[in-house]
Amino acid sequence: MTEPETPSNPAGAGSVDAAARARRGRNIAIAIGLVGFVVLVYLVTVFRMGGNVINRPL
Amino acid sequence: MTPPAIARAALPPRWQDYVQLLKPRVMSLVVFTAATGMICAGTPLNPVMGAIAILCIAVGAGASASLNMWYDADIDARMRRTRGRPVPAGRVQAADALALGIVLSLFSVMILGLAINWFAAGLLAFTIFFYAVVYTMWLKRWTAQNIVIGGLAGALPPVIGWAAATGQAPLDAWLLCAIIFMWTPPHFWALSLYTSEDYAAAGVPMLPVTAGAAATRRHIWIYSLLLIPVCLAPVATGLGGTTYLAVAGLGGAVFLLLAWRVRSGRAGDAADPRVTDGLYDVQAAARDARNLFAYSILYLTLLFATLLGEHLWGRAAGGLS
Repeated sequence: MTEPETPSNPAGAGSVDAAARARRGRNIAIAIGLVGFVVLVYLVTVFRMGGNVINRPL
Repeated sequence: MTPPAIARAALPPRWQDYVQLLKPRVMSLVVFTAATGMICAGTPLNPVMGAIAILCIAVGAGASASLNMWYDADIDARMRRTRGRPVPAGRVQAADALALGIVLSLFSVMILGLAINWFAAGLLAFTIFFYAVVYTMWLKRWTAQNIVIGGLAGALPPVIGWAAATGQAPLDAWLLCAIIFMWTPPHFWALSLYTSEDYAAAGVPMLPVTAGAAATRRHIWIYSLLLIPVCLAPVATGLGGTTYLAVAGLGGAVFLLLAWRVRSGRAGDAADPRVTDGLYDVQAAARDARNLFAYSILYLTLLFATLLGEHLWGRAAGGLS
């Protein structure tokens, strides 16, 4: 019987975990950015148009 | 690269790497000066709209920083102070930095225009263009006056803040711009006196590289003499009050004292006086330059904080009476 080969990159499993963590962190950051942008457009709409909608000639 | 840096570069980029592309420390200064311009304008802006304007100005500054990091990756890789940045360290692709810079530039200018006014948005667009194209792509590699002219990009945020609040840019707004514009050369030349080896290695024609340390010390002194009257000018126009006069006057005297020490000292003469890669960790020969560099940041912060405080206090007192 032969000994199982030692992986050439001993930090391989750790690297996969770190890569997954990095990807997950980026995805969360993009999600926060998108939600923030939607809120921003909503606020701009409310504050720029709000009064004008009520005060428009009927 | 060191082994941990190589390991980090092999991983996909983290969100923090993209934040670093935006130079958050510079962004915080931009937010502070733009907010000062907005408050000093004296026209109350809806707080939510004011916050959106500041956010757009900050993101615009971050976008120009990302474009700078994309274009200057070759220079950054050869300088100790900048080689750890995401692109030269291999953590972010140069094309990603370019894309981030373009997208954030477009969004910040468009939102500022749609939400606030197009004059402020135009000024923001000009600032981004001036920093990313005029300074980064042209002046920085071409002339020793790079940071003198390029300083305009860092000086414009208070004008944008003022324009966001009022739709105009009167003399007082340009005075705030002039303060930062005149402050930039002595600030950066003090730093470059003890980092000139980096600039020489990267082929950047900073003044100590092209004209030598003695000429740079002379320039620092002359620009410091010019800076103090500009810092006192807001008192003459009524923008600054007595507290501002005291801060600008006394702080200016300390600035001149430190600048004179640089002028009469030997800072920049010794080969690479840094002890570590840190900006403030230098040997005795470069301490005068390091002290002026550090104090210049405090002085500018105090000037704008005092103006901000005076105007907020005046607004609160006016509201109470």
